[in-house]
Amino acid sequence: MTVISYAKAINEAHRQLLATDERVFLIGQGVESPWCVGTTTLGLVEQFGTTRVIDTPISELAVTGSAIGAAMTGMRPIVFHPRMDFMYLALDPIINHCASWHYMFGGAVNVPVTIRGIVNRGNEQAAQHSQSPYSLYCHVPGLKVVAPASPYDAKGLLVAAVRDDNPVLYIDDRWLYQTEEEVPDEIYEVPLGKGKICREGADVTVVAVSYLVKEAMTAAAELAKQGISVEVIDPRTLKPLDTDLILSSVKKTGRLVIADPDNPICSLGDHISSLVYGSLFGSLKTSIQRVNLPDCPVPASTSLEKAYFPNYQSIIAAVKRMF
Amino acid sequence: MSGSINCPPQPPQFRNDGLRPDEHRKLLATMMRIRVFEERIADLVLEKKIITPCHLYTGQEAVATGVCHALNSDDYLFGTHRSHGHYLAKGGNLKAAMAEIFGRATGCSKGRGGSMHLVAPEVGILGTSSIVSGSMSISVGTALAESIRGSQRITVVFHGDGVPEEGSWHESANLAAVKRLPIIFVCENNLYCTHLALDKRRVHDNIPEMAKAHGFKTLAADGNNVLEVLAAARQAVKTARAGEGPTLIECRTYRWRGHVGPNYDVDLGLRDQQEIDAWKDRCPIKHFGNFLVDEKIMTRAEVDKVWQEACAEVEQAISYSLASPYPDAADVTKNVYRGAGQ
Repeated sequence: MTVISYAKAINEAHRQLLATDERVFLIGQGVESPWCVGTTTLGLVEQFGTTRVIDTPISELAVTGSAIGAAMTGMRPIVFHPRMDFMYLALDPIINHCASWHYMFGGAVNVPVTIRGIVNRGNEQAAQHSQSPYSLYCHVPGLKVVAPASPYDAKGLLVAAVRDDNPVLYIDDRWLYQTEEEVPDEIYEVPLGKGKICREGADVTVVAVSYLVKEAMTAAAELAKQGISVEVIDPRTLKPLDTDLILSSVKKTGRLVIADPDNPICSLGDHISSLVYGSLFGSLKTSIQRVNLPDCPVPASTSLEKAYFPNYQSIIAAVKRMF
Repeated sequence: MSGSINCPPQPPQFRNDGLRPDEHRKLLATMMRIRVFEERIADLVLEKKIITPCHLYTGQEAVATGVCHALNSDDYLFGTHRSHGHYLAKGGNLKAAMAEIFGRATGCSKGRGGSMHLVAPEVGILGTSSIVSGSMSISVGTALAESIRGSQRITVVFHGDGVPEEGSWHESANLAAVKRLPIIFVCENNLYCTHLALDKRRVHDNIPEMAKAHGFKTLAADGNNVLEVLAAARQAVKTARAGEGPTLIECRTYRWRGHVGPNYDVDLGLRDQQEIDAWKDRCPIKHFGNFLVDEKIMTRAEVDKVWQEACAEVEQAISYSLASPYPDAADVTKNVYRGAGQ
């Protein structure tokens, strides 16, 4: 075990996957750039060469489609998008093709591709450089979606995504890149479809996603001082969702806050709400509270960003509305 | 209504290029199998026995047949919404395709794909896409995979003349060229994209020039002349296997039937009968059959026998399909994912 950052954990997962599985290759824009995709691809070209660590033109559609095509032949490509906003240009290969492929051909061909979408918000980057639309992909049959919130999960989920026989969208978050924790040195998997209880509590469940897991932990510590015991759950995999974990927690606490940093309408939060209302209506002590981005494009000005992106204070306020 | 660009040139001119007699026979048989397959489907659609939208390949048989004759069984092929001909020419199982078109559990895609989504991994067909240009980037990916593996397998992607009007074609062409991938784009220019003629969609009739601008080698072949298509395909295959990068072959041809379904789009005012008749006069099968007889490669009776065999095979496939069960409704959500729980 070594204490490493979230960015380093992603880098290590790439390196160990490339070293241990000759079917794995990495393709996307910027592996040869001096920034190395926020350092997550640092040293990979040097170690594995440009045949397996492939820089590309800015052609999101063709690059994503080519990773999908390669996966159909049995390769295990990781195609990445330095900003998820630009990934919209690849929706046709992702949704019409890779997500439908296994079903549409009666299971004859599977597509074991990992599509890495990077959330890169803040610093006044505005509406086209700041989005985190993971709910949109959860809507699509045939995709799996993961969103690691810690270095341990960042490494283990990437390994599991690449080893899965299906297309997996792996969403990592630049706001978490400097977060550090102890991570095993060897290669390991965090199983897809399994969430985790980050903190146990008795009075309210907070299901938090991506950077809001960290904020939820801060909120829980604050609320504990005020006598409110918060259970924090990180689903880690957004699809397939660990519904058992969420339902058993809410059954215990009777209160639920969903903190997911995406636009609210037809979202993951909506899905979890409907799931909990549908299964535990009689056990809820009060209505479910939501912490989301507003139904509004992302603004530029720092002053507006502060109003736009929720943090631990938003979660504390949501919890307090329930008491 | 169509303009002068759609008037066909002279009939296909064949040159005896020293193919073995069995190769000539195979080319003829493949074209005839496709023709009979498509024309029987047209009947069955009119009889409402087939529901899935069928984009028929009648008239274009020489393109798929000539190109696929130049390929190995394990080379990859990608196609379009109009891929019955590609599938059959590459060696896909005819019965399994017919059963798929009838929506049966015995279909190549188990009734999940329909006419536009055929698959035959055993002969390199990993699935056809019905999104116009949808196959382009995916086919670049199979070529990329084999290039990483250092194998000799190449990829062929068939696309219509409407596809270079999609951004996806350009991105894919550029990526294939800049990475020098072993891929061949076969542009089947049948002069129409759905309802709209070429001259209504493009200022210049210059698809190969666009490919050249991206760094492709380009070739042209009469799409109604199976030997010319084959010769071009062999050249492109050699280039691809030698690691000398991608080639686009433009094959000018014509689909006899309308964009989708069994009709001719004359009633809709999209094409005129004279144009269709002129292209029917250029029938790739009739002229090739005449050439084989004239050159004494086959007798007329032998040519007719090949046709009868194709008819018999297709009728058997129809009977097989009609006798096949529909997919089990309880399995409707099966196979969304590979693995656990499916």
